[in-house]
Amino acid sequence: MPITTAFKTEIPRVSILDEQGNFDEKLGKGLIPDADLVKLYEAMYACRHLDGVAFRLQRSGRMGTYPQNMGQEATSLGAAYVLNKNDWLVTCYRENCGLFWRGVPMESILLHWMGDERGNAMPREHHATPIAVPIGTQMLHATGLAWAAKYRGEKQIACTFFGDGATSEGDFHEAANFAANLKIPVVFVCQNNFWAISVPGHIQCSAPTVAQRGLAYGMECLQVDGNDIFATVWAMRKAAEHARTTGTPYFIEMVTYRLGDHTTADDASRYRDKAEVEGWKAKDPLIRVRKHMERLRLWSDAKEKELAERTEKVVAEAVARAENIAAPHTADFFNAMYQELPADLAMQRDTMQTHSLGQDPGQLSSTEHLNKPAEHAHH
Amino acid sequence: MANLNMVQAINLALIQEMEKDERVLLLGEDVGANGGVFRVTEGLQKRFGEKRVVDTPLAESGIIGTAIGLAMGGLRPVPEIQFEGFLGPAYDQICSHAARMRSRTRGAFQVPLTIRVPVGGGIHAPELHSDSPEAIYAHTPGLKVVMPSSPYDAKGLLVAAIRDPDPVIFFEPKRIYRAFREEVPEDEYVLPIGKARTVCEGNELTVVSWGASVIQCMQAIEKSGKSVELIDLRTIYPFDIEAVEASVRKTGRCVVVHEAPLTAGMGGEVSARIMERCFLHLEAPVQRVAGFDTTMPYYKLELEYMPDAARIGRAIDDVMAY
Repeated sequence: MPITTAFKTEIPRVSILDEQGNFDEKLGKGLIPDADLVKLYEAMYACRHLDGVAFRLQRSGRMGTYPQNMGQEATSLGAAYVLNKNDWLVTCYRENCGLFWRGVPMESILLHWMGDERGNAMPREHHATPIAVPIGTQMLHATGLAWAAKYRGEKQIACTFFGDGATSEGDFHEAANFAANLKIPVVFVCQNNFWAISVPGHIQCSAPTVAQRGLAYGMECLQVDGNDIFATVWAMRKAAEHARTTGTPYFIEMVTYRLGDHTTADDASRYRDKAEVEGWKAKDPLIRVRKHMERLRLWSDAKEKELAERTEKVVAEAVARAENIAAPHTADFFNAMYQELPADLAMQRDTMQTHSLGQDPGQLSSTEHLNKPAEHAHH
Repeated sequence: MANLNMVQAINLALIQEMEKDERVLLLGEDVGANGGVFRVTEGLQKRFGEKRVVDTPLAESGIIGTAIGLAMGGLRPVPEIQFEGFLGPAYDQICSHAARMRSRTRGAFQVPLTIRVPVGGGIHAPELHSDSPEAIYAHTPGLKVVMPSSPYDAKGLLVAAIRDPDPVIFFEPKRIYRAFREEVPEDEYVLPIGKARTVCEGNELTVVSWGASVIQCMQAIEKSGKSVELIDLRTIYPFDIEAVEASVRKTGRCVVVHEAPLTAGMGGEVSARIMERCFLHLEAPVQRVAGFDTTMPYYKLELEYMPDAARIGRAIDDVMAY
């Protein structure tokens, strides 16, 4: 018997507005109305500005470790722009731009990195889950959230973001497999930024594309230029429509680049060539949109200047709100543990001690003079 | 009233909660057509359909991770992990996510999740099918850990677990899944999480135990000829220290019994609390009868590993003679 072909496919790649300013009219015309394009640019600009401010806050000791988003703004923004407001957006930690588009306040993100859980207490109406730091566990939550919507017969989908490194994690594969086999409408978006801290992409994936990892689970998949807002919007439309109409998942690889360090605790010059970084700076997602808008006479130096002033004010106000929030209470970290606090935990909260003498009312009276609960325990 | 074993009592609790609350769904490996490897979910897929009793891919982290999403999405998932030895792959999702979600979001997100897990040895099972990891989860803030020792308790506690707004690990001692039957009301009842049960009263010594070991304790107490009070904790976290304290203040002597390894086991926690709260009431040091600090042996020697009536009886005698 001759050898036949069991399966054959190809991975499409989509680019609409490239770094030279070439614009694919066929795919791009009418995709984003002019007024929206301006808003999307402004959103990327604001995110970029916040990134710089956050970096300086960390350097001046006003904030803890912070992961810059610089260079990757067009990925999550494209998704948030396309998704319905009640679709779940389940992200990692380099998707600020999409979260801000959703309406998540800038101070929520700042508070998270300022070591304050209140930054994660995002209002339910944003349908966004808080920052996920451990790499590659949140895709399962997205799958469960979309499953819950499907269970109730709602037309809600979930979109989850993760990096190229996360596709090495078992949970990514389990999420992809669950979503595909149990027919759950999730859009998986891999931001392939080529570096997982210092480890290059080829150590995470030897296949020519990350996109084909989705293919392995029977998903439709696509690779796009992740620095091209038109391409990310185009891909997300296709993926969201697919998920909504078929009830099955979709995989998008958005090829992008982390222009900054992994976090403020990292120094990427230890492992990345300067020339490589410079090459990607030319592919910046903001530059090409600005030039495109100028060609369309939607933008000018004057508008850029006005935007800079406006953004500076907005970000400064967010920083002020984050920094001026009332000091957290020690009782907060107890009270949030359970809906109803176990008695023992309530006692730990009320006395701020774990040793029992003087704490437990059932103790012998002769020990009552020992370690009276501190008056300031709550503060 | 019906005369049920623990498997039947749990099955009945699941049926009743699923009938009562549309949000309750079951998921796991083989829970559907096969009714679970221990048949705990027998007949449920037929009764409630594939939407509510879901056979998942074989992936424990995936089962718990998606169940977290289901719970965050407003449902009441009851995932099953086939054996406690397979909790390992799900550890990260349980401890890094389910346990922390409420706290890290300051209550904005909640994970009302009940993870059912057959636990413990004594059924001649293969490797990694016989362990007792309850202390690991009791040591993880944000979880509740429950382990019934009878069909009646299993039904009432499972109902409480499913209705609990926080994640509960519900350990089912497989050794007593079918060991005995008892009267279990068909009518709804809820046994509160965190409340112990006094199995038998006594005033010379207190035995504290949970899960299948409770049965071994009852045998040892019967043989001892002493007036021994047996407290079944039923909940490992948060455990009912008041019940233990009241009993030990009365008896002055205590033996804690569990199948899990000795070191850093819950027995250490229970005896530390007794020492803190009942110091001047104690007539003898609190003693622990536990699994040894070894890997759970294969089944030829499993009965030598687990506390049995003889070992418990010796500890009772030693504490009485102190």
